[in-house]
Amino acid sequence: MAKGHSFLSHKLHSLLGLFPIGLFLVFHLTANYQATRGPEAFNQAVGFIENLPFLLVLEFALIYLPILFHAVYGLYIAFQAKHNVGNFGYFRNQMFLWQRVTGVITLIFIVWHVWETRIQKALGAHVDYDMMANILSSPAMIVFYTIGIISTTFHFSNGLWSFLVHWGITVGPRSQRIATFLTLGVFVVVTFIGLRAMSAFIL
Amino acid sequence: MAEKLIHLIITRQDSPDSTPYKEEFKIPYRPGMNVISALMEIQRNPLNAQGQKTSPVNWESNCLEEVCGACSMVINGRPRQACSALVDKLEQPIRLEPMSTFPVQRDLSIDRSRMFDALKRVKAWVPIDGTHDLGPGPRMPEVERQWAYELSKCMTCGVCLEACPNVNAKADFIGPFAISQVRLFNQHPTGMMNKHERLEALMEDGGIGDCGNSQNCVQACPKGIPLTTSIAHMNKETTKHAVKKFFFS
Repeated sequence: MAKGHSFLSHKLHSLLGLFPIGLFLVFHLTANYQATRGPEAFNQAVGFIENLPFLLVLEFALIYLPILFHAVYGLYIAFQAKHNVGNFGYFRNQMFLWQRVTGVITLIFIVWHVWETRIQKALGAHVDYDMMANILSSPAMIVFYTIGIISTTFHFSNGLWSFLVHWGITVGPRSQRIATFLTLGVFVVVTFIGLRAMSAFIL
Repeated sequence: MAEKLIHLIITRQDSPDSTPYKEEFKIPYRPGMNVISALMEIQRNPLNAQGQKTSPVNWESNCLEEVCGACSMVINGRPRQACSALVDKLEQPIRLEPMSTFPVQRDLSIDRSRMFDALKRVKAWVPIDGTHDLGPGPRMPEVERQWAYELSKCMTCGVCLEACPNVNAKADFIGPFAISQVRLFNQHPTGMMNKHERLEALMEDGGIGDCGNSQNCVQACPKGIPLTTSIAHMNKETTKHAVKKFFFS
């Protein structure tokens, strides 16, 4: 990484994780949740997104570029640490390790997921309910997607906790503890939305 | 009557570049021993567990009351001071290792220079030297003095660096203690006058940005210094400083 920019890069990494990536994640899973109301409702939601003006600009500015930076810099951070949960088994140290583990799993999942959906669309496939139902018709893919979704929502929720510390919002131990419970709540809710949405594609 | 023995397994290293190896010792027990007095016993009679003559184990210590930080080592997997590690309270065999985050000099003694370099980098002092008498400085509110005193207990012992997963050979993170010292000196009514210099030092490579919030430091600190609170506080201060600098200067 460029010399002299580590403070800025870390701050940007932390910020992008929430705005826009985290918000996109919540929006994406909520849109998928439409599938629980039937294929037509989901296809309608997809149609609405596909008809947004300047869609490609929005995709690049709010999704691809932020994720690319977050992923590349995140890998750099993840492989810099010398993990020591064996000697220091504290909750926060475990979270520190899992944040890095889920970051890598999430990246693999996202690359696969984008390949199967967005890139296939660019190659001429049609994104709709049937596409996802088809992907999730294999048990292996259900397992892969379940792990991917949980890993992503964990990384998002725990990252939200770290964001609050990195930006000096939760400073003392009490506010940091309360933030732990709040972000745990976020994890449960967002994971439920994600998994429930996925289950709607499984016949 | 069979003599009660203390079993020690010590990670040794003959020179800064040689390969570490383990040596076992069995020394006679005395009531009230700490790890230092056990090491002194080895020094008096340098025989290993097999009864062979060996070189006495090298270590560093000064105050023997947990205020100087010199005798920090890894005892049964945890970095702490050897002087306050009582043999009666330790599980045996007692495993002693150097804090290998730092360059090992010999056996258990390490070179903590990087910590003093970090203090120099962040200017952890109050500059008052001048050519004439500057008069008395501003007074400090008592409530602030009380918590600042807690931060001033830092003895540069290195335990927080040993515990931190982000302090290692691959990273140049200055470590939790230095960030807490910036908070201490930026709170001092005279030290405050140079606070921007310390904030900018924290914003350089290897500074506060490298903290990954594993929070091991606050758990490991022998003086109970609220290191993570200091770090989060300095996160806020450096962010404010960066925003101000970007928009207003």
